[in-house]
Amino acid sequence: MKSVRLWSIRQSRWLNLLYEGLEATLTLLNPLLKRIGYERLDKPFAAIERTVKGFLFDSQSCGQCTLGSTGMACPMNCPKTLRNGPCGGVRQNGGCEIKPEMTCVWVNAWQGSQQIGNIEETIKVIQPPVDNRLKGRSAWLRALRLRTGSKV
Amino acid sequence: MSFDDEPLPGDNLPILPGHTSPGRFERVLRAGHFAVTAEIAPPDSADPNDVFERAALFDGYVDAINATDSSGANCHMSSMGICSLLTRRGYAMILQQSCRDRNRIAMQGDLLGAAAMGVCNVLCLSGDGVQSGDHPEAKPVFDMDSISALTMVRTMRDEQQFLSGRSISAPPRLFLGAAANPFAPPLDFRPHRMAKKIAAGAQFIQTQYCFDIDRMKTFMAQARDLGLLEKVFVLAGVGPLASAKAADWIRKNVAGVHIPDAVIARLSGAEDQKQEGVNLCIDLIEQVREIEGISGVHIMAYRMEDRIGEIVSRSNALDSRAPWQPAN
Repeated sequence: MKSVRLWSIRQSRWLNLLYEGLEATLTLLNPLLKRIGYERLDKPFAAIERTVKGFLFDSQSCGQCTLGSTGMACPMNCPKTLRNGPCGGVRQNGGCEIKPEMTCVWVNAWQGSQQIGNIEETIKVIQPPVDNRLKGRSAWLRALRLRTGSKV
Repeated sequence: MSFDDEPLPGDNLPILPGHTSPGRFERVLRAGHFAVTAEIAPPDSADPNDVFERAALFDGYVDAINATDSSGANCHMSSMGICSLLTRRGYAMILQQSCRDRNRIAMQGDLLGAAAMGVCNVLCLSGDGVQSGDHPEAKPVFDMDSISALTMVRTMRDEQQFLSGRSISAPPRLFLGAAANPFAPPLDFRPHRMAKKIAAGAQFIQTQYCFDIDRMKTFMAQARDLGLLEKVFVLAGVGPLASAKAADWIRKNVAGVHIPDAVIARLSGAEDQKQEGVNLCIDLIEQVREIEGISGVHIMAYRMEDRIGEIVSRSNALDSRAPWQPAN
């Protein structure tokens, strides 16, 4: 939903803090989650993420979330699914080349990132191409496994 | 200009120390010359002579030719096909590769094929959306984006492997290019995006049409402050406008092209608008040359390719240097 998505961009600063808090909590819970089994948890986690991130950010559930690096704007809403910045087609009013009525995802991402104030470590970092196998899977569990050095 | 170690047409030059490609375009830039590139109009035909005739319009005026990859999402002869025909005759080609129509498997295969045919330069683009072209019902691919595509080509060249990690026995020796649009929002992000492209492997940049010199100056000053000018060759995009009406249409309908009102006013006030479009292009070349960090111009003379000779000679962009051209 557009209004919620834009609200989330405006609130990117504290939503990002909330996100970092969630990350810390999951890291604390990691031994428990590991014992239950990441595979078994993937579906319920993915369902929660789809609902929460879908509501707040119009997340497209690519399974490899970059919200923290893109000012809480989901880059998969870009009609070209660009993950490294805006294309050259952005209109002078900030509208998307393909959907003129929509503000460019990266205009939002740039605004959101500046509010969070961490552009050096986030929006300037080169994102690898999407792993299409991860679509619909839990990005939180994947990030947790990457961070704790568990097998992905 | 011809080099002492000039090969037979279709063969590559030796790679000089500090160079990454066996091509003449990289040599011209690294030698410190002001370079001129131009965009060839891809034919809607399967006749190779259409390509040779269009390329011949540039003979003696340009250092390298960009072969567009169905730009504007309109279907034409492929950039691969055009490069294949023209490298055989010795032309320095810049293969444009967009992410719109091919996934990473096809893109990597094409890069090996292109390099094998003598292509020494590639321009990695995201690509225009399919909605803007003549097949809006087509499936947009966008498996990669321009920046991840740059890292992909660099990995193939420098680490001799595919994205999968599988090794490549003879890597594609490509001079890597990317596009920049200093004129589209978010304006403050644009220099950082160029920095990302350079970090991803871009060695040269060709910009979108420049009709706003002040904006270009600001962008280049920001690039200088980020320390980018020593790392990349920037070619400013320029081109003649056919008339005030055409200019107005372009700014309303072509994504990412910014044409200030003053430009439209200058054209509409002229008796011969087409000639004034050429004059304006020449003025712009003279002005962008003065901007620190601009290493050349990229001329996009859509449907006015026959005026490129006049534009290059009257602007003296080549400083009386004669670029390579095929022997007759």
